[in-house]
Amino acid sequence: MRTRDFLALTFSSIVAHRLRSALTALGIAVGIAAVILLTSIGEGIHRFVLQEFTQFGTTLVAINPGKATTAGTSMGVFGTERPLSIEDAEALRRLPFVRAVVPFVQGNAEVEADNRRRRVAVYGAGPQMPEAFSMAVRSGRFLPADDPTAPRAFAVLGSKLRQELFGDSNPLGKRITIGGSRYRVIGVMESKGTVLGFDLDDTVYIPAARALSLFNRDSLFEIDVMYREEVAVDTVVAGIKRTLTARHGKEDYTVTTQQQMLDVLGSILNVLTFAVAAIGGISLLVGAIGIVTIMSIAVNERTSEIGLLRALGARRSQVLNLFLGEAIVLAAIGGISGLGLGIGIAWLLHTVMPSLPVHTPLLYVVLAEALAVSIGLIAGVAPAQRAARLDPIEALRAE
Amino acid sequence: MPVIQLQQIHRDFQVGDQIVHALDDINLQIDAGDYLSIMGPSGSGKSTLLNLIGLLDRATSGHYILNGQDVTALSDTEQAITRNKTIGFVFQSFHLVPRLSAAANVELPLMLAGMSVEERRSKVAQALEALHLSDRAEHKPDQLSGGQRQRVAIARATVTEPAVLLADEPTGNLDRKSGLDVMAILETLNDRGITLIVVTHDAALGQRARRQLHMLDGRIHREEQEG
Repeated sequence: MRTRDFLALTFSSIVAHRLRSALTALGIAVGIAAVILLTSIGEGIHRFVLQEFTQFGTTLVAINPGKATTAGTSMGVFGTERPLSIEDAEALRRLPFVRAVVPFVQGNAEVEADNRRRRVAVYGAGPQMPEAFSMAVRSGRFLPADDPTAPRAFAVLGSKLRQELFGDSNPLGKRITIGGSRYRVIGVMESKGTVLGFDLDDTVYIPAARALSLFNRDSLFEIDVMYREEVAVDTVVAGIKRTLTARHGKEDYTVTTQQQMLDVLGSILNVLTFAVAAIGGISLLVGAIGIVTIMSIAVNERTSEIGLLRALGARRSQVLNLFLGEAIVLAAIGGISGLGLGIGIAWLLHTVMPSLPVHTPLLYVVLAEALAVSIGLIAGVAPAQRAARLDPIEALRAE
Repeated sequence: MPVIQLQQIHRDFQVGDQIVHALDDINLQIDAGDYLSIMGPSGSGKSTLLNLIGLLDRATSGHYILNGQDVTALSDTEQAITRNKTIGFVFQSFHLVPRLSAAANVELPLMLAGMSVEERRSKVAQALEALHLSDRAEHKPDQLSGGQRQRVAIARATVTEPAVLLADEPTGNLDRKSGLDVMAILETLNDRGITLIVVTHDAALGQRARRQLHMLDGRIHREEQEG
């Protein structure tokens, strides 16, 4: 039998029961739409979170004071840990695989300039921060490579803080007061936006040693090490531990690689995407049951037609294929409608709520349609086999 | 030359723990172009015999030779192919597919055989023309009268140009006039060379045939031959 005739015959029976076919296909359409919509949102969130994390580059290792225990990272204030010092950071800088080392202290302080005051986040950082975190300077320059223990009192403004303090006038060379000490503005950063809730533009960067004394602390919050891409991360971690343990006498600090964070995050997000897809899968199961039901009814209704086809010379395999084809076409139509529905709703959601990240990979679309067709195939097997096994004489007698 | 030879055909059915001999040692030879009627009360085995000749059923023992070929032991698929090529069926209840037009119904056996669209189209047109149905080609079965429906069924049975035409109570669902029309058509086809076998319990109808078999309890009880 020719494929064209096969399809024509299949479609003729689907069209003959328009309403019934449409409702059956709708069952699959709802399932596919749910799967596509949920995975689109899951994938959108996945991408969004990963992007937030990787915008600083992936060759970063973070060192925090205190040994991580099952209870989390100690703050380094309590206990007997030695503080992470500027000297520790300088020692790490001498390791061969290191491209950049950024000592890091954070706090809040009042910034004053030309009688304008604003309370902002103050970041104590090192001169290599723009390189390590792929940040760009808009005007002037970043903190210079001074003596790390006694740096000059220079400050670099975030773009929003600059706007707030100076408006449209040029801030370069101006004097500002941060927490009572005087600093000279030498640069303004490009806008970086909000990262996981932190506004990186409403901020000021000063040398780490000055931030330590400003906030009256003896330990850095963190040292970030950016390593050369060609070096294995294990080598980097081992090198850092050797250096710091030699200096501290014991491992009273925690080394976290960016990859570790991404791996954990990625696996959590994969579980999330899978879980929402499974929820959509439940509605697909219901749709599949609908196909089994309607195809069983169709076989019963058309028993005498099956007998006739056999009398006219149809083989069992041809009868099987006709009913299987009908189930697959029903599911495929449902699948395509479901794709349209799901992508449409996803697009609508994204238009109404631009902050909700939605992403539909083409692979998911193809997989979803393949899934719909497979469901039709599986759901159609039992009714189609029953049709093919009918005794033609018995079938002809049914009316 | 015989188109059908049945040799010591038995067909047994298991009903509960009893064995029913639906066909009991049937020996029959039907020549090409014959016009045969099979008569008998219900349960006499006439339908079983027709199904067996039509390759819808299989003998329990014995030999069936169709067109010189032993078809006793054909597989399901081979049976289906042979049915498609050599046998045409006309049923009491027409058995038209309700959602397909008259032309599409006639086309079905050619479609199943995998014939090309062009070839099919001319054959279907010819078959409909021969039965004066050309103006009804696009009508659905429910838009046709009983007589017209049976003519569509005959067109479908003959479109493959089979050697044997099997008619099971072909006038059973028709009024007298339409029934006579249908019989006249079948007989015209027989005049042109097709082997016609009619199963009926209507004696008047059966007597039109040149050979008349009377069946009883699975056996050929009596045979009459005209001329």
